[in-house]
Amino acid sequence: MNTAFLIQLLVNGLVVGTLYGVVAMSFVLIYKASQVVNFAQGELLLVGAWVCWTLLAKYQVPFWIGMPMTLVFMFVFGIAIQVLILRPMIGEPIISVIMVTIGLSTVLQATLKWMYGVNPQPFPRVFESQSVSLLGLQIQTVYVMSLVVSVAMMIGMAWFFRASKYGLAMRATAFNQQVAQSLGISVKSVFAMAWAISATVSAVAGVVVAVVNGVSSGLAAYGIKVFPAAILGGLDSVGGAVLGGIIIGLLENIAQYVDSEYLHWGNLYEIAPFYVLIIVLMIKPYGLFGTHDIERI
Amino acid sequence: MAGPALIPAGDFRTSYAADTTIFPTTTSRNFAIAGALLLCLAPQFLGGYWLSILIQIGIFAIAALGLNILVGFTGQISIGHAAFFLLGAFTSAYISNNAPIPVFFAIPLAGVVTALVGLIFGIPAARLKGLYLVIATLAAQYILLDFFSRAEWFTGGSVPASANPFSILGFTLRGDKQYFYVVLAYVVASYVLVTNLMRTRDGRALVAIRDHYLSAEIMGINLTKYRTLSFGLAAFFAGIAGALYAHYQLVVSQEGFGIERSILFLAMIIIGGTGSIMGTLMGTAFVVLLPESMEFLSIHLKGGAIDRALSLNNNITFLREIAIGVIIIAFLMFEPDGLAHRWRQIKAYWKLYPFSH
Repeated sequence: MNTAFLIQLLVNGLVVGTLYGVVAMSFVLIYKASQVVNFAQGELLLVGAWVCWTLLAKYQVPFWIGMPMTLVFMFVFGIAIQVLILRPMIGEPIISVIMVTIGLSTVLQATLKWMYGVNPQPFPRVFESQSVSLLGLQIQTVYVMSLVVSVAMMIGMAWFFRASKYGLAMRATAFNQQVAQSLGISVKSVFAMAWAISATVSAVAGVVVAVVNGVSSGLAAYGIKVFPAAILGGLDSVGGAVLGGIIIGLLENIAQYVDSEYLHWGNLYEIAPFYVLIIVLMIKPYGLFGTHDIERI
Repeated sequence: MAGPALIPAGDFRTSYAADTTIFPTTTSRNFAIAGALLLCLAPQFLGGYWLSILIQIGIFAIAALGLNILVGFTGQISIGHAAFFLLGAFTSAYISNNAPIPVFFAIPLAGVVTALVGLIFGIPAARLKGLYLVIATLAAQYILLDFFSRAEWFTGGSVPASANPFSILGFTLRGDKQYFYVVLAYVVASYVLVTNLMRTRDGRALVAIRDHYLSAEIMGINLTKYRTLSFGLAAFFAGIAGALYAHYQLVVSQEGFGIERSILFLAMIIIGGTGSIMGTLMGTAFVVLLPESMEFLSIHLKGGAIDRALSLNNNITFLREIAIGVIIIAFLMFEPDGLAHRWRQIKAYWKLYPFSH
C-alpha cells in the first residue's frame, strides 16, 4: 500500500472535484432556472479560457485587468446565447432543446479549433509556482489557489441565492414560472441572467484549469464530467451538484489508485465516472438530493 | 413533433385499411417502385465516386432509421448511436473471421448482438425519461468505446480489424458495383419493415408514448416494454448498418466514431424530419453530401482571396463541424419538422397550383 501516493491522489481528487462541483453547479443553475440541459457547458469553460488566454498572451494585458474583461465578455456571451438561440426554443419539446445545445457545443468546439488550432497552449505565468509543504505533502500553489477560488465561488453562489434580489427571483422562477411571473418577476430576464452567471462561473473554472494545465480543447471534457456529478447529486439540487462533483473527483483518483496499484487495466480513471453514472441511474435516478417528479395529466 | 399531414380537403377515408395505407395513390406507389428500379440501374451509369456516395448514404440511412424509431417515434433520445454502429461493425467482422459463418448471415447476426447490448443499456431507459436517458446513452457511448479499446481479441486493438468481403453461397462479391445491390436490398428491406412496423399495434404504442407517455400508460401501454423495445430496435438497425459498413470498408477501426459521429446521426434525422421515414433518407443524403459539396467548394476557392483570409483548406474538418452544428440549430429553430415537411409543402403547393388559396 502506497500511502503517500494515495494521499497525493486524494488531494488531487479534492481539487479537481471542487472544480467539477463548480461546473456542475453552473450546469444545474441553468437547468433549474430554465429546464434546459446544457450540453455546451464544457464549451463555455473553453471559450472563457481562450478569451483570457488571448488577452493575456496575445495582447499582454495584465492578469488583474484581463480577468475582469474575460468575465464581462462571458457575461454578455451567456446572455447572447440565451437570447439568440434558446429564447426562440421556449415551449419546444425538451429533446429539441437538448439537441440545440448539442448543436451549439459542436459549433463552439469547432470554431475554437479553427481559431486557435488543436495544440494545447501554455497559459502565461500568473502566479509564481511553488509547492507548499503541508503535513509532509508537496502541494502546488496553483492547486491551493484553485481550491480557494472554487470554494469562494460556491460561497458566493450560496449568498447570491439566499440573499440577493436576483437570486430570490431565480429561485421563485425555478419553483413555479407562472406564479413568479404573476408576482412581477421577468422570467425572460431571469433566464438570460441564469445563462450569464453560468457562463461567467464556468469561465472562472476554465481559467483555473487553464492556469494549471494549459488551454486545449480537452477542457471541454469538464462539460462531460458534469453529467455524472449532476446526476449523482440530483439534477435540480445546487448543493447536490457540488457534492456530486467532489465525489466524482475523488472517485476518479481512487479508481486511478486501484488501477495503478492492483488491477493494471489502464485508463480506468477516465471511464469510472460513467459506470457510476449508469449505476446511479439504475438505482436512484433522482440522485442524492434531487426532487422526485410527480406528474399530473 | 411530426406536423399535421397536409391532406387536401374532401379526402375522406372510410376504412382502417385506407387510413393506414402506405401509398395514398397508385401514382405514388408507382413512383416509389420506379425509383427503386432506377437505382438498380445506377451502377451501370454512375462513376465510382458517385457510387461510393450512394453506398454511404444507404448505409448511414439504415442507422439513422434506427435512431429515428427511438427519437422520432418513441420520443427518447440517444447520443450513443455511433457506438452501437461500431459494435455492429466489430461483431460482424469478428463473427465472419472466427466462425464458419458466411458474411451473408453474419450481418443480421451482428444486428441481433447489437440489439441485445442495446437492451442492456436500455434497462435504465425503461425507468428514465428523455433527459436522464440522454445522459445514460452518453455513458453508453463512452463505456462501449472504452471496451473496444480494451478488448483486443475482439477489435484488434490499435490495428484495425479486417473484415471479409460479402459472400453468399460461395460467391464473393467484390467492388462497389456489386456491393451497391447488397446495400440497396438492405435499405429497401429495412425501410419497408419500419414503415410497416409503424402501422402495427406496436408502432402505434410507440407513437402514443411519444405524444404523452402518462396517458399512454393509463391506456394500458406497457411503458417499460416499449421503451426498451424501441431502444433495442434502434441498436439493431445501427448494428446492421455497422456490419454493412464493415464489409464495405473491409477494415474496422474506432477512428471517427466518437461522440461527433453520434451527433451526426442526430443531425441526419433532425434535418430529414424526426418521425418521418422518408425524411430520414433525405436527411442522410443531405448530411453525406454536405461535406462533399464543401470539399468541392473549397477546392474551387483555393488560392482565392477568401481562402487566404480564412485559410479554408487547412481547416476544412472544422468548417464541416461548424456547418453541421449550425444546420442542426437552424433546422430546430426554423424548420423543426425537417426536409420531409418542406417536401410535403412543395407537393401540396403544386397539387393546388395555381389556386393555392
